[in-house]
Amino acid sequence: MKFAVKAWSNGRARAGILHLGTSTIDTPSLLLSTRKGLPHFISPDLLSCLPSPESRLLHVSPLHFLEGLSMKTISKIGGLHQLLGLHDHCFVSVPRDSIQCLPEANSTNKIGASFETPCGRLLIKPVEYMEMISSTRPELWATLADEVPAWVSDKRNKTSVDRTIKWLDECISLSPASGAVFGAIVGGSSLEERRRCAQEVATRNVSGYWVGGLGLGESMDERPALLNAVIEALPEEKPRLICGLGLPEEILQGIAAGVDLFESTYIYHLTLGGFALTFPLDRTQINALNLAPSDVGSDPRKINLRATVFRKDTMPIVEGCTCYTCRNHTRAYINHLLNVHEMLAQILLEIHNTHHFLGFFRLIREAINAGRFEEFRKEFVQRWR
Amino acid sequence: MNWPRALLTDSGGFQMVSLLHLADITEKGVTFQSPVDGKPMLLTPEESIQIQNKIGADIIMALDDVVKTTITGPRIEEAMHRTLRWIDRCIAAHKRPHDQNLFGIVQGGLDPVLRDICVRGLVDRNLPGYAIGGLAGGEDKDSFWRVVAQCTATLPEDKPRYVMGVGYPLDIVVCSALGADMYDCVYPTRTARFGTAIVPEGVLKLKHKAMAEDTRPIDPTCACMVCKNYTRAYIHSLVTKDAMGSQLLSFHNLYYMMQLSRNLHSSIVQGKFPKFVCNFLQKMFPKGDIPEWVCNAMEVAEIDISSCCAPFRYIQATKVQSNLNEDEIQAV
Repeated sequence: MKFAVKAWSNGRARAGILHLGTSTIDTPSLLLSTRKGLPHFISPDLLSCLPSPESRLLHVSPLHFLEGLSMKTISKIGGLHQLLGLHDHCFVSVPRDSIQCLPEANSTNKIGASFETPCGRLLIKPVEYMEMISSTRPELWATLADEVPAWVSDKRNKTSVDRTIKWLDECISLSPASGAVFGAIVGGSSLEERRRCAQEVATRNVSGYWVGGLGLGESMDERPALLNAVIEALPEEKPRLICGLGLPEEILQGIAAGVDLFESTYIYHLTLGGFALTFPLDRTQINALNLAPSDVGSDPRKINLRATVFRKDTMPIVEGCTCYTCRNHTRAYINHLLNVHEMLAQILLEIHNTHHFLGFFRLIREAINAGRFEEFRKEFVQRWR
Repeated sequence: MNWPRALLTDSGGFQMVSLLHLADITEKGVTFQSPVDGKPMLLTPEESIQIQNKIGADIIMALDDVVKTTITGPRIEEAMHRTLRWIDRCIAAHKRPHDQNLFGIVQGGLDPVLRDICVRGLVDRNLPGYAIGGLAGGEDKDSFWRVVAQCTATLPEDKPRYVMGVGYPLDIVVCSALGADMYDCVYPTRTARFGTAIVPEGVLKLKHKAMAEDTRPIDPTCACMVCKNYTRAYIHSLVTKDAMGSQLLSFHNLYYMMQLSRNLHSSIVQGKFPKFVCNFLQKMFPKGDIPEWVCNAMEVAEIDISSCCAPFRYIQATKVQSNLNEDEIQAV
């Protein structure tokens, strides 16, 4: 893995280039969320219709495989690339997926990290986690962390930092020859603990940093300070990955603090709810946007295609959008699919939402490269307040 | 739908009868309870054709009076005659005969006399194609193939014969041998959603524990995207739990059915159909225990499958009943 910062904009926001596997990815970038390695709905043959190479970073939680596929078998098959038939994609392993594998801080103990999963509550020891990493062979993986929600006691929070650092060392000592390791940084909502953890992890031999424990109860207002406390202690030239920030405003918050890679469940939740992103990505669209309240509801950033108003709407979700869904289908058709409970609805929505959200990241990178990220951020937040 | 290829719509009759309670059939049409608000609704032949005219499919189906083959009695005859009366109403209501092909449906239960009357009646109307309906509903296989055989023998040679609701690969091979051309069935996708793959040997239940360690593809002879990229073990981890499992298995199963059709077609064109049938049966019945109904149907279809039937099949059966020893049986 190679990473280099290429441009800065107003403070900590930065644009970079990440070389991972066979891909060269511009950052800030989005990791697509997966279930057992494949998207939730987009079939493998349709993955190529997503913009490339931005869509090639996939977040994989190795815990998903515990539900029916042994590590031995995955190893025998040859790891994730072989298992999933995806040879052009890059896999980033983080145990937590913010959808179904959530850290269960009450059950985590000195032996391992506890997660609430579809196959029950699992306790993952560092040595077991490293077996998963060795078998699945992702291009990049985060060390095992003890993530705690914002409301735990100071004592519990301090323990989580000590544990996370201990497990980091254990994971590194067991690490396979290939695959870049990102050191996990926790600390709950304590600035001191966040700083302490970041400072410790910064001394370790890792390729980058994974900021964990966020999106677990802290408010958006608290977050900038926590992020800054972490980022300030980290070397500038190594990439930073974060999980649990989903909404566009949260992404912007993370980028402003100096984060490069994001794993977000926003697309998944939108898709399940029947929502499609519609906020304009084109500068001319933004200027021409009629901001009069529409009769569809109060959120002009997205539409809910279940709404009866779309029954006869023969427009694509977003006019001019070049995604597979907008090139081939109408709002009316997706509305119909949702009404008759056809899975094609989720497939088409996931394609469009992914395409659109990746477009949002592209806009962000353009703004950073042009040195006007803060302006872009203010404008975006203001417009959709 | 943005579907540039051929489309066929059904009349809606079967779905109503099979999927809804309190469907009542009268001369006017089918009265049923609306699934949306429970109000009584009536689907007439005219209305069905009007809807199908609007949808615009290339082939549309007449509204027929369909009864289950497991029913006996005068209801079957009533349904057959009504189907003939309704076909005239469908023809009269059809506003787009130049874009859309209206197929009639042969009814008559398992009664050869009724089936014959129905075939003659429909052929008189000179329709673009004919469906063989009322089957694929739980009747025994022996009755099933005989009805298909009778219909294909008497329907015009130069028009498509469409066996509705069929089906399993074996049924399709038999019906094709008997002269049928078109089929429709929910089987490939429904069985996929339950975790079952269609393979040359029959079926493969991906849910089974043994699949968890199996690193082979579903079908090593299949060229589909799923068999080229995924192992049974991975699919096993997905089926019945993740939507992707249903998708991948549906993809394979549909590919399998399309490949089967392609092979049936090309083997007939190349004059190698009997050989294809034998290979197909050998893979499915490696011990040669081909069901009797298949043997009987192939005999009528004049396809020689003796090479794949176990030679001592009948003798094995009689051995139990007699006291002949091994040498004596060999000599028979």
